Amino acid sequence: MSGLASMVLKGDPRSTARLITLAENNSKDLADEMKVIHKHSGKAYVVGVTGVMGSGKSTLIFELARVYRNQGKRVGIIAIDPTSPFSGGALLGDRVRMTDLTTDNGVFIRSMGTRGMLGGLASAVYDAVEILDASGKDVVIVETVGVGQAEVDVVKIADTTLVVLVPGLGDSIQTIKAGIMEIADVFVVNKADRPGVEQLIAELESLIDISCIGKNRRIPIVKTVAKENKGIKELVDEIEKHKEYLKKTKVFEAQRRKRYEAELVEIIRKRLMNFIFDESTFKEKVENMIDQISKKEMDPYSAADEILGKLLK
Amino acid sequence: MEKKIRVLIAKPGLDGHDRGAKIVARALRDAGMEVIYTGLHQTAEMIVETAVQEDVDVVGLSLLSGAHMTLFRDVTRLLKEKGMGDVLVVCGGIIPEEDVPVLKKAGIAGCFGPGTSCEEIVEFIKKNVKR
Repeated sequence: MSGLASMVLKGDPRSTARLITLAENNSKDLADEMKVIHKHSGKAYVVGVTGVMGSGKSTLIFELARVYRNQGKRVGIIAIDPTSPFSGGALLGDRVRMTDLTTDNGVFIRSMGTRGMLGGLASAVYDAVEILDASGKDVVIVETVGVGQAEVDVVKIADTTLVVLVPGLGDSIQTIKAGIMEIADVFVVNKADRPGVEQLIAELESLIDISCIGKNRRIPIVKTVAKENKGIKELVDEIEKHKEYLKKTKVFEAQRRKRYEAELVEIIRKRLMNFIFDESTFKEKVENMIDQISKKEMDPYSAADEILGKLLK
Repeated sequence: MEKKIRVLIAKPGLDGHDRGAKIVARALRDAGMEVIYTGLHQTAEMIVETAVQEDVDVVGLSLLSGAHMTLFRDVTRLLKEKGMGDVLVVCGGIIPEEDVPVLKKAGIAGCFGPGTSCEEIVEFIKKNVKR
């Protein structure tokens, strides 16, 4: 058994942080550590928090974490912000709203850049959730980047997905209903002290009316003012109710199975991409093909066939 | 494999001026680094705890209030205690000339006062980062 993973199992924050870094860097040493971690994970409840930019996700998570801490639960938080597609850099600022949790040793916060992943998550998030889980956290909260319409990958990893909306964004709910509407287990109407809240809730209710046909669970709406710590206990109760529902209907196991499927696909994708685009022997051939495609001497489909043919041999 | 330099930019103590820190944070982002910004009024304990959880390679401290001799040295001492003595620590803000050698002795690798170009800071970090 390797050193880092065994220290993570003991709850050592430094080792936990370092192992998450190995996951982010897709390090060669990662697999052996994760073999150990996987056996000891699966206990933590995972809450995904998604919503448009500026909806107050970070502040809401800070307040959620405080309620869980008062219940004696240990909390892991993964806060994802976008990586610049131009420089590859990222400004990770979600901790600004969570600063009072920093020195609580029952809380571990990690900021992550998306590093080229679309869908609102970071590629290393599956590993990071397992690592925090194995380190003894009872609840792991995953904050996605501020989302538009298609960033719905958080459902693949969360047991309960919160979709955070705010009043006053006009007709924005219409534009997001296709993607985001379908992934909410609980709707959170944050900044509910602002004008337009009743209208937003009415719109949401009518959308829920349509989406609930034939389903045995109606998606609840919780009003919060995260900055003033209002509505947070009610939100925690709704998360708890959803958890009970999942367990009762066996949907829980099915969802977890989907998470592992997504994780497996992600690992395979990363390894394949590394092999094709990073490994020295292959890289040159691929570069060559791209040159030929540019000159119309080859087409991308034939190139893909050739690359995959070489791999499958 | 896809190693990125992770930097914590922190404002210790009670001063409320974070314009410089934010400009440096942006410059480092544009140089391809992952920059964690924690906001104002951080204690040395908070900064070091954040550095541990975020597993950063660099800590950048910015201070204009005059308390740097105490707070910066608290940060380097606590980093060493947490087994993170290999983290590159740099600072900026209003740091009098005569304090610089003392800070360097305490483990601050570089001091960047007013007028420093962002390129200079980026270069220094890329050249000196140890992890």
